[in-house]
Amino acid sequence: MGYDVKLENFEGPLDLLLHLIKKNEMDIYDIQIAEVTGQYLSILDTMQNLNLDIAGEFLLMAATLLHIKSRLLLPPSVAEEAEEEELDPRAELVRRLLEYQKYKNAGDNLNQLPQVNRDIFIRSFPAPDRGEPDDAELVAVGLFELVEAFQRLLKETSDPYIHEVQVERLSVSERIADILDLLAGRREIAFTELFPTVPELPVVVVTFLALLELVRLRMVRLMQNSRCGGIWLYPAVDDATPSPSMNEENLGYL
Amino acid sequence: MDTSELSKHIEALIFVSETPLRIDRIAEILETDRATVRPIIDALALRYATVDGGLRLEEVSEGFQLRTIPASAPYLQQLVRTRPFRFSRAALETLAIIAYRQPVTRAEVEYLRGVDSGGVVKTLLEKQLVRILGKKDVPGRPLMYGTSRDFLEFFGLRDLASLPTLKEFSELAPESLDSGLTTADDHEGSED
Repeated sequence: MGYDVKLENFEGPLDLLLHLIKKNEMDIYDIQIAEVTGQYLSILDTMQNLNLDIAGEFLLMAATLLHIKSRLLLPPSVAEEAEEEELDPRAELVRRLLEYQKYKNAGDNLNQLPQVNRDIFIRSFPAPDRGEPDDAELVAVGLFELVEAFQRLLKETSDPYIHEVQVERLSVSERIADILDLLAGRREIAFTELFPTVPELPVVVVTFLALLELVRLRMVRLMQNSRCGGIWLYPAVDDATPSPSMNEENLGYL
Repeated sequence: MDTSELSKHIEALIFVSETPLRIDRIAEILETDRATVRPIIDALALRYATVDGGLRLEEVSEGFQLRTIPASAPYLQQLVRTRPFRFSRAALETLAIIAYRQPVTRAEVEYLRGVDSGGVVKTLLEKQLVRILGKKDVPGRPLMYGTSRDFLEFFGLRDLASLPTLKEFSELAPESLDSGLTTADDHEGSED
């Protein structure tokens, strides 16, 4: 068919469609749907011949194009003619294409800005893992960072036992008590202090649940040095808060 | 402390600070107030620009930071030996949508781009350019995304208001923009 396109260069169906419209020098407000649909479908064919997986989004757009094409072929009903302006079946597509082009362009503009480590450089520091937390720039730990910290830990966990003689039942509430004991009378503890050097998987999991619970109950605050820094646990400000009952049942782990 | 004394200390603080240093923080450390600090920083910044050396004092991410001049980049890259993060087109589009439309959900990003964007959003989260702002109060409670402070620092922006103006299109832009950016390693980095 002779459509010379590099398939992998298209970010998605909108991108491909935009390219086709520009290549054919069509007016965006007067897209020749039949022509574009033909070219679009033949590109999809090429992809299929090359045994490329065609993402569902490309097929969805093909269906949309065919739908628009069929609507254009039908004579408008009387009711439609009455309110003709809004009813060009292509209007929604045009709006999406222009919107897409706007952000594609904005992305290119972002890329023109000076980027750290590409155009400009700043002093960098090796992240101190232990030591005192840096009070000035502490930020609250988000769930995402916490999960990441645990993911790192999981990579270091010991191999699973092959002979498991007895299953030790770890309880979340016991772990919570452990953590509170560790915290007692201290200003802060490091996240890493919660674990032995080679933690076992169940310990990591139970500790994760315990930490989520402590944060939810507002008994502990998790903070971290501004960027990818170590995570620190702080006792929540108010010592006098009556500790809510913490048996497994209340926590919902039984 | 007189102005010249303060100026020395402010410069030293900014030099050592790990992240862009806020005026409030400087004022707090030097036991003075914002109104005193601001003109001194402006004078310092002007001095760096006038001396025309390898450093500039710039306001990024609502703080102040010493940054190298772009002309030194090729040499610094050899020194630092970290490969700069190359954005794929998918990453740039997604980042632009999140930056200009935050708070925004993944579904909204995907509607605008017309493709699945889960992998790209995840990469941007890992690079800490994007963060979770909360959950949207609609059925399913989808996560809402926005840009982080690192995003501002990374692109040398003072705040979100200083993002380049979003250009509205009523017509098609010339195709040329694509080609310059999509190079051979376009697909590395942001897709997983």
